[in-house]
Amino acid sequence: MASRRPSDPASLQPVDLADSTSDFDSPDAPRKNRLDAPISGPKLGPLEFVRWVWRVLTSMRTAIILLVLVAFASIPGSLVPQRSSDPNGVIVFRDANPELFQFYESIQLFDTFTSVWFSAIYLLLFISLIGCIVPRTLYHWRILLAEPAAEPASWVRLPFRRREPAVGGTAASLDLAEAVLRSAHYRVVRNDTSIRAEFGYLRETGNLVFHVALVGVLATLAVTGGYGWSGQRVIIEGQTFTNQLASFDSFHPGSWFSEQQLEPYGVTLQSFTAEYTQDAVNDAWMPIDFTAKVSVAEGDATREVVLKVNEPLAAGNSQMYLLGNGYAPVITVRDPQGTVVFDQPVVFLSQDSNLTSIGVVKVPDGLSEQLGMQGFFYPSAVDLDSGALSSNNPEPTNPTVTFNIYTGDLGLDSGVTANVFQLPVESLTQITGRHTGNDVMLTPGDVFELPGGLGSIEFTSLRRFIGVEIRHDPTQMGVAISLFFVVAGLLASLGTRRRRVWIRARGTARTPELEWGGMSRGDDPRLDASLDRLVEKTLPPSAAKIRGK
Amino acid sequence: MTNTLESISLIATYSAMAVYTLAFILFTVDLAGRAASDGQSPPTRWLRSGMAVLLLGFAIHFGAVITRGISAHRVPWANMYEFGLTATLVLVGVFLGINIWRDVRFVGAFVSGFAILALGIVAVNFYVAVSPLPPALQSYWLVIHVCVAVLGTGFFATGAALSASQLFQQSREEGKLQTRSWRFLAAFPSSETLEALAYRIIVIGFVFWTFTVIAGGIWAERAWGRYWGWDTKEVWSFIIWTLFAGYIHARATRGWRGRPAAILSLVGFGAVLFNYGIVNVFFKGLHAYSGL
Ligand code: HEM
Repeated sequence: MASRRPSDPASLQPVDLADSTSDFDSPDAPRKNRLDAPISGPKLGPLEFVRWVWRVLTSMRTAIILLVLVAFASIPGSLVPQRSSDPNGVIVFRDANPELFQFYESIQLFDTFTSVWFSAIYLLLFISLIGCIVPRTLYHWRILLAEPAAEPASWVRLPFRRREPAVGGTAASLDLAEAVLRSAHYRVVRNDTSIRAEFGYLRETGNLVFHVALVGVLATLAVTGGYGWSGQRVIIEGQTFTNQLASFDSFHPGSWFSEQQLEPYGVTLQSFTAEYTQDAVNDAWMPIDFTAKVSVAEGDATREVVLKVNEPLAAGNSQMYLLGNGYAPVITVRDPQGTVVFDQPVVFLSQDSNLTSIGVVKVPDGLSEQLGMQGFFYPSAVDLDSGALSSNNPEPTNPTVTFNIYTGDLGLDSGVTANVFQLPVESLTQITGRHTGNDVMLTPGDVFELPGGLGSIEFTSLRRFIGVEIRHDPTQMGVAISLFFVVAGLLASLGTRRRRVWIRARGTARTPELEWGGMSRGDDPRLDASLDRLVEKTLPPSAAKIRGK
Repeated sequence: MTNTLESISLIATYSAMAVYTLAFILFTVDLAGRAASDGQSPPTRWLRSGMAVLLLGFAIHFGAVITRGISAHRVPWANMYEFGLTATLVLVGVFLGINIWRDVRFVGAFVSGFAILALGIVAVNFYVAVSPLPPALQSYWLVIHVCVAVLGTGFFATGAALSASQLFQQSREEGKLQTRSWRFLAAFPSSETLEALAYRIIVIGFVFWTFTVIAGGIWAERAWGRYWGWDTKEVWSFIIWTLFAGYIHARATRGWRGRPAAILSLVGFGAVLFNYGIVNVFFKGLHAYSGL
C-alpha cells in the first residue's frame, strides 16, 4: 500500500490534456502544452518521428478533430440514398441522374458508412482512443495502488484553506477529522501531525470504463457481425414459412454465414387482421392495429403466437418482425375445357394508404399461349368521374381487381431470374383491358371469358399476406453489455469530483490549531461548500454554530 | 369532449406565447436598465417580475401540454407539433429549474425569446389535430425515447444560450463590442463563468442524448428488426452525439477551451435544430411519420 506515486506521469497522458491528472498530481509543476513544444530540435530521428506521430495521434486535439470529422462524414449518409437502408432509392437515383450516379458511385457515396474514407476516420479515431486509454489505464492503476498525494510545497495556491482551533488538542482533532473524512469515503493517510486524503478515483475509473466500452461496441461488431443474417419473406394466409435458405424471398448473409446456422422451424400464418380509423383532419384512413395470428412448429411442439408490430416473434435463434402487409386475391385460370391451369393467391403490393395495389399473374403453361396479366386491386372500389376506379377505404368493402391481359413469350425460360412483379409488356400483345374496349373488372366469384376462346379467369376469393423480416443478430448481446458500461462509466465519471484534502497541525501548544487545505481537478464550484461541511463536522456544536452566523 | 380539450390546449398554447412575450419584454427592460449602470446594479424588480411572468407562462404552457395529452389519450409527443410543444415546455422548465441551483436569470430574455419563436413556428406550421398512433408508434419506448430526447434538447438549448453569451462576452472582454447596443452584456457574468455553466448543462444534455440514442436503438430493434440501420434520423442523432462528445473533449483540451469549445457547442445545437426542423420535414426515412 505504501507504494509511491508514479514519478513521471506525463508520458502516460494525452499531451494536451488540460487539468490533466498529471497536473493535478504535481500541482507545482509548470503547465505547458507539450504538443507545441519541439521535442528535439528541427531534425527528428526516425524513432523520434514515430514517437511524435504517436503523440499527435493520441492527443486530445486529434480526438476532437476526428470526432468532428466523423460527424461531418456522416452527413452524406443522410443526403444520398444508402444501399443498406434504401436500396430502392439508389435505383431511383441512378435512373434519374445517370451521370451523377457514376460520380457518387466512384466515391462510395451510396455506401457512406462502409466507405473507405468513413472507415479510415473511425479506425483512426479508435486507434487514437486505444493509444490514449492504455497508458491512462496503466497510470490510473498505479494511482489506485498509491497513497493520497503528498501535500504541495506551497499552500498559498490551494483554492480551499481554513484554520480552526483544535479543541481538545491536535491528536484528538486529527482523530476526529480522520473519522469524518473516512465516513465521507475519502482515502486517508494519517501521520502524527498531519493527514492527507483523496476522494473521487471513480471519476477517472468511470471515464476509462466509458472509453473502453466504446472499444467494446466496435470490437463486438467486428468480431460477431459476420455471423448475422437476415431475410425477407411474404407469407399469405394459410401458407407456411420454413426456416431454410430456399424459403426466403431475399436473403442477406453476413460474411461468415453458413447454412447450418438456420435452425429448423415453421411458421404458418393463420389469419391477419388490420384495423383502421379515419383521420379527422385530412380524411385519410390510418392503420391503428395489425395483428397476425401464427402457429409456430419447433421440434415436436406447436404453439399459437400473435405477431404484431413492435412485438417480434422469437423462434430458433432468430426473430421474426412484422414489417408489411397487403392483399392477395386468389386467381383461378381455366382452359377452354374447364380444367384448372392456375389457382393461387397472388401478392399485390399496395401503392397508397387506401391499399390500391398492383400485382402480376403469369400463366406459362396449360393454355394455347402464355398468358400474362397486369392487375390492379381496389379493396373498396368506387368509380371516379373520369371513369377510372379508385379505392376509398383500405378495408375490403368492395374488393375489385382489374386486369390488362397479354399473350406472348413471358421470357421465363431465358435463364435470367424474372421479377415476379414485372411483366415484359413491350414484347407481349395486349388482348384485353384498358384501351382495348374490353375491360376486365372482377369482384369475388366473377368469371371472365378470355377473347378468342383462350379460356377463363376467375377472382375466386381474397386473402391477406404479411411481409416479415427474419433476422439473427449475434451482435446484440455484446453491444448491449458494452452500452451498459458506456452509460455506467459516463454517469460515474460525470457525477464524481476528484478532490484532495490535507490537514496539518498548527498554532502553539496552548492554542493548537488545525489547518485544512483542499483542491479539485477541473472546475468544481462546490469545493468550498463541500469541504466547509467536513470541517464543521469536526468542530464542537457551539463553535460550528458561531461560525455559521 | 376530446375536441373541446384539444381547442383548450391550442388556446392555452397561444396564451402561453402571449405571456412569454410579456416576460421577454420585462427581461429586456431589465437588461437595458442594468447595462446603463454598467451591470453593477443588483437584479431589479423588472427581472423579478420577468421571472414571475415566465413562471405563469410555464404554468399555462404546462396546461396546454396536459390537455393535449388527455385529449389524445397518450403522451403528447407523437408528432412534430406535439414534440415542439413539449420540448419548448421542457426548455423553459430546465431554465427555471437551473435557477434554483444557480442564478442564470440573465439569459431569461434569450430563453423566453427562443420559446416564443419556437412555439410560434410550431403552432403555425406544424399544427395537426389529435390523431391516433400508427402501429409502429404504439410502444412504451415512444414514451421513454422521446421523453429523454425532449429533455436532452431542453438542456442543449439552454447550453447554447450560455455558449452564445459566452462568445459575445469574450469578444467584449477583448475590447470588441463596446457600442451601446452591446452594453447589456455588462449584466452577464464573465465569459469564464458562462463557459463553466454551459459545460455543466450541456453535459447533462449529453447524458440524456446518450439515453435517447440507446432507447431509440432498443425500440428500432423491436419495431424494425435492427437496432441501428443508419436511417436519416439515426444518422443525425449520431452526428449530434459525436459533436457534443467533441465539445466535451474541447473543454478538457488546452487551446480549445473558450471560443472553439463554444463554437462546437453551437454547431451541436445547430445539428439538433436541423434534425428537428429540416430532417423531419424534408428528408425521407423510416421516421417519416412526423405527422405533417
Ligand atoms: C470514440 C471516440 C470518443 C468518444 C465518443 C469520447 C467521448 C468522451 C466523453 C463523452 C467524455 C466525457 C465523459 C467522461 O469523462 O467520462 C470524454 C472524456 C475524455 N476523453 Fe474521450 N471520447 C473519445 C475518444 C477519446 C480519445 C481518442 C481520447 C484521447 C486522446 C480521449 C480522451 C478523453 C479524456 C482525457 C477525457 C477526460 C476529459 C475530462 O477530464 O473532462 N477520448 N470522452
